Amino acid sequence: MNMKTFKLGGVHPAANKLSDKAPVEVAAVPAEVAIPMAQNLGAPSKPCVQKGDKVKVGTVIGEPGGFLSSFVHSSVSGTVTKVDNVHDATGKNVPAVFIKVEGDEWEESIDRSTELKKDISLDKQQIIDKVKEMGIVGMGGATFPTQVKLTPPPAFKPEVVIINAVECEPYLTSDHSLMLAHAEEILVGVEILKKAMGVTKAIIGIEANKPDAIALMEEKAKGYPGTTIQPLKLKYPQGGEKQLINACIGKEVPSGGLPIATGALVQNVGTAFAVYEAVQKNKPLIERIVTVTGKSLAKPSNFLARVGTPIAALIEAAGGLPEDTGKVISGGPMMGKAMPAVDSYMVKGCSGILIMPNEEARRKEASPCIRCAKCVNACPMGLSPYILSKYSQKGMLDKAEEERVYDCIECGSCSFSCPANRPLLDWIRQGKGKVMGILRARAAEAKAKADAAKAAAEAKSEAPAKA
Amino acid sequence: MNLILIALIVLGVIGAIGALVLHVVAKKFYVYEDPRVGQVEEVLPGANCGGCGFPGCHGMADACVKASSLDGLMCPVGGADVMAKVAGILGMEAGAADPKLAVVRCNGDTCARPKRAVYDGAKSCAVANATFAGETGCVFGCIGLGDCVEACQFDAIHINEERGLPEVDADKCVACGACVKACPKLVIELRKKGRVVQGNARRVWVECINKDKGGVAMKNCKNACIGCGKCQKVCKFDAITIENNLSYIDPEKCKACGMCVNECPTHAIHCTFTPPAPKPKPAPAEKAAEKAAVATTKVAEAKEAVKEAVAAKVEEVKANVVEAQKAVAAKVDEVKPKVEAKVEEVVSDLKEKASAVVSDIKEKVDEVKTSKKD
Repeated sequence: MNMKTFKLGGVHPAANKLSDKAPVEVAAVPAEVAIPMAQNLGAPSKPCVQKGDKVKVGTVIGEPGGFLSSFVHSSVSGTVTKVDNVHDATGKNVPAVFIKVEGDEWEESIDRSTELKKDISLDKQQIIDKVKEMGIVGMGGATFPTQVKLTPPPAFKPEVVIINAVECEPYLTSDHSLMLAHAEEILVGVEILKKAMGVTKAIIGIEANKPDAIALMEEKAKGYPGTTIQPLKLKYPQGGEKQLINACIGKEVPSGGLPIATGALVQNVGTAFAVYEAVQKNKPLIERIVTVTGKSLAKPSNFLARVGTPIAALIEAAGGLPEDTGKVISGGPMMGKAMPAVDSYMVKGCSGILIMPNEEARRKEASPCIRCAKCVNACPMGLSPYILSKYSQKGMLDKAEEERVYDCIECGSCSFSCPANRPLLDWIRQGKGKVMGILRARAAEAKAKADAAKAAAEAKSEAPAKA
Repeated sequence: MNLILIALIVLGVIGAIGALVLHVVAKKFYVYEDPRVGQVEEVLPGANCGGCGFPGCHGMADACVKASSLDGLMCPVGGADVMAKVAGILGMEAGAADPKLAVVRCNGDTCARPKRAVYDGAKSCAVANATFAGETGCVFGCIGLGDCVEACQFDAIHINEERGLPEVDADKCVACGACVKACPKLVIELRKKGRVVQGNARRVWVECINKDKGGVAMKNCKNACIGCGKCQKVCKFDAITIENNLSYIDPEKCKACGMCVNECPTHAIHCTFTPPAPKPKPAPAEKAAEKAAVATTKVAEAKEAVKEAVAAKVEEVKANVVEAQKAVAAKVDEVKPKVEAKVEEVVSDLKEKASAVVSDIKEKVDEVKTSKKD
């Protein structure tokens, strides 16, 4: 097997794929769902239903709140009971639509047959419109609205679609189980993405710890010319967009630039499947596969769960919350977020729920930095995390900017590799946020200046014409 | 000896050349600065805290000299005294400004606001706030990791470990606003120190910024403002507004009467003086007693009314009787003379008849007597 990987840095956390043999199980539809309105990167959606409204599966309940925003659909049929705040995975308040479930009636326009539909009848623009209408967002966890990603700035010419089926986060197996269950549908989804981007080549990157998925996908991909499977060596964070591009086509995303600058458009494998369902079956993004796992959990599982299902119900279905639970994490152990309370609801970007026993969950006492540079070796972006974290902590933002803190992808390899248990990423994230704010303000100022200069020049050129 | 001389001469010449160069450069590149800037800077405290809004005391001095009036320019550290001195140097009137201080608007101490999660990341409020909503159920309140303490240059704010909340030392706080900027939850506010009465600055504030609905707020923190509006009702100066389930006291309008303090059911309103005694709030048992009392008085009233009505009726009847009696008396009075006249007539008639009979008898007796004599 010709295996590739990315060049710089990376770490090797224990894979712990406890649920990789568990088939996809359809989770029970709960009695009541709460569908949060902030399910995408960017502006939250605006609820467009009211208390008492009857909805079906697939009815639009939230409209985009801006350019970088998406539609939200009801995942159940029933009556809207209220529009109120719920806690998201980090415990912050987000508005949500509560729906009392009555039966399971779907919108007539949705094709619920399981039959594979290969022919793509829509053209490029129609595909992008359909993706927007069906509320598709990046399913890897970042939840970037897909229609925006499918319309890159005209200056860039896409050459290849890269499908992210790496799943380098330890524990998580949702993409793995999705590939095993819906290989053909994913490949048709890739065809749709290729058509939308106007390219003929696609690479599906899969890490080598999923040999069954690689074999199955390679087998099925024979019927789809231009689509190849690329097995990848195990290394975290291979699922990072920039790392995956580097691993698959050997190109490097320029510092501060867009990934599309390399000619590659990266989409998650879950997104490819969601795009297939949206375009071919007219089905909005109302459910997804979520891994509920943990060493202390009775039954690590992969559930096909409706958006808005209480997280607690999913944990219950996987054997209940164990006694000695120290942390419940939304996402994987490397980039996931520890939840302050299990009172949130499933969202489109929720790829996993990880339960960690108390002893594993606690961070160890931090000690002084000994300049061992393990973090420097681990950083996949070629940064110096030890110094960035200090700059951020001390508010030396000009220095942090010089050291390219804005290139940090927040993968956590530095904190993972630090023998002194220093909370490196905690601080770097802080500094990155502030520096990004400064950069944005500077860009806005430059734009305002340029506009003013342009207006002045126009006024000048007009004045003699009048005279 | 010679060697020392040569060394002195060489050094002297180098020094002279250096002095010449410095002199020429100083003349050539001289930048004029208003000498008053230096004077003003001298009277400023030199803390360079930035509380005035300018980068350091030099910036403030520069701004003061350039400004046409000192309105809006205020050194929070030096206060009115320093501004008066500055005004003296510049020959202007010092702008009036009320002294302020930082107020922590969270009273969710460890007893009132139980933790439901443990944070073990970097010890910084800013980092914790970016990571999650907070260790307690309240997503608005103080995180308690002390970014404000770190920011304070005047040692005026400290975390009270027992309560888990920062406390401001009113004597040390100069209202530079560094803690306000450092707090990611915007818990700290600069408020007027307040009117001084008997050496005590009177001020009232709502020590909570929770915007959750009353029930939710109460569930997460016993000391939370639940936006019930009782304080607003009792305020005579229209200083209290309720927005997003949260009460806010406008320091400009508040007269620090303290009426609202004891009115608050969750004790979310704090003050620096002994607030006026509240209206006695009846306890449940007392309430029942009060109700009973009310009932008794009502019954008594009803009884009274009935009594009154009866009395009135009796009075009326009595009056009627009296009238009747009067009428009778009048009739009697009317009839009496007639009767008396009749009686007299009869009596006189009878008397006459009697006397006639008596005289008759006497005559007869006399007749008999005479006959007997005869």
